[in-house]
Amino acid sequence: MSDLLRLGLHDLHTSLQGKMVPFAGYEMPVQYAAGVMKEHLHTRASAGLFDVSHMGQVLLRPKGSMEALVAAFEAMMPVDVASLPEGRQRYGLFTNEAGGILDDLMFANRGDHFYVVVNAGRKAHDIPHMELHLGAVAEVVAVKDRALLALQGPRAEEVLAGLVPQVAAMRFMDVLSVDTVFGALWISRSGYTGEDGFEISVPDDGAEGLAKALLAHEAVMPIGLGARDSLRLEAGLCLYGHDLDETVSPVEAGLTWAIQKSRRAGGAREGGFPGAERILRELAEGPSRVRVGLRPEGRAPMREGTELFDGADVAGAVTSGGFGPSVEAPIAMGYVPPALSALGTKIEGEVRGKRLPVTVSAMPFHPTNYKR
Amino acid sequence: MKYTKEHEWLRVEGDLVVVGITEHAATALGDVVFVELPDTGNMVGEGDEICVIESVKAASDILAPLDGEIVAVNEKLSDTPSLVNEDPTGEAWFFKMKVDDLSVLDQFMDEAEYNELIG
Repeated sequence: MSDLLRLGLHDLHTSLQGKMVPFAGYEMPVQYAAGVMKEHLHTRASAGLFDVSHMGQVLLRPKGSMEALVAAFEAMMPVDVASLPEGRQRYGLFTNEAGGILDDLMFANRGDHFYVVVNAGRKAHDIPHMELHLGAVAEVVAVKDRALLALQGPRAEEVLAGLVPQVAAMRFMDVLSVDTVFGALWISRSGYTGEDGFEISVPDDGAEGLAKALLAHEAVMPIGLGARDSLRLEAGLCLYGHDLDETVSPVEAGLTWAIQKSRRAGGAREGGFPGAERILRELAEGPSRVRVGLRPEGRAPMREGTELFDGADVAGAVTSGGFGPSVEAPIAMGYVPPALSALGTKIEGEVRGKRLPVTVSAMPFHPTNYKR
Repeated sequence: MKYTKEHEWLRVEGDLVVVGITEHAATALGDVVFVELPDTGNMVGEGDEICVIESVKAASDILAPLDGEIVAVNEKLSDTPSLVNEDPTGEAWFFKMKVDDLSVLDQFMDEAEYNELIG
């Protein structure tokens, strides 16, 4: 694995018996000694610590006014950037001219600049993309001297507040910068598991100390990528490159909640983002396919790529699928025509040559537990 | 007990061969969430993919280690796939085969040879 990048906390992961696998160009822990199932259930019941340092942390520093940066940033996404108050974070989507999704991301207003987190597998694309579209009005700074940890689960607040008391007052999607013995932490109350929790950007030289301090709490277990995937799937959250790609529009993906009224038809800053023609049309008329939750009958998981059938006709395909440890059953998501998207619709998925029944079902599969 | 390179164990029980997967294989697979068993009465050939094991990570096949007839399958695995992790060499047997000649088992590894394989 010599051509793979190593996380700053690589040695900590191996000392915790992390099983390291290649992912998005990094050697990443897919699981620790407890295994995916226990790690998943522990996160839902208590608190799990994830190393997500492979993700792209980026600062956007205005060269002139924040207003000019806000306007240029809004021109990249069908998302309201202007209304985001200082100290808050929002979910965003870079779109292309065809209305497909280039990446999904989180961005935070930190007063005099934005802090952005993009997918690991897309940062080599996103950073030049931001330089191209924002370079005239902002410095695009790839942050390379920080780790990113996620602490997720119902006991995350209790654990982190033991080190950083200010986090107890944060609500879902608040962001906070705070000086600690581990260095300046950039904390958001967010994550990608469906649980309450925090993502914590920490300087490289403080990362091991912070990780060990969090792991020292009896509530906390280290959690690998395997459980991260099953947790986000149960929460009905999309994974770029699987549920989202350059052909899928935000409307098809069911991400219309991320397109605020101001950017829609009749809004104050209607359109003006890449792919507006398709995205606004689909908002008005409906898309030709739509992402749905799927519950296979029986116990056989329907994994990514499983073809879906309505009678003899191909209806679509599964884009993420596996076993939901908290649901205690197989779960999946995929794309089907709108006519098949009503909850309760029965279709079939082909697993190893056999057509098995699967029901269109509500997402999230497991109730989310955000601190609103 | 005999072992295959595909990490199955074989145990003779009367005139039948009982087949399961080794602890090493169960650990490598991770938490097993689904097992698909063959039909009893099936005639199978050595190397045929006759069972599917799905773990939280991926799907894997179990190959028939020998030519023969499937005479029994462990239905408990359908309801409680986690038995494969809990007791892979005991309660979590997969199927029982009838073979023409039990001496074919001689070709497989014994425990010491298998332990050397998995190092």
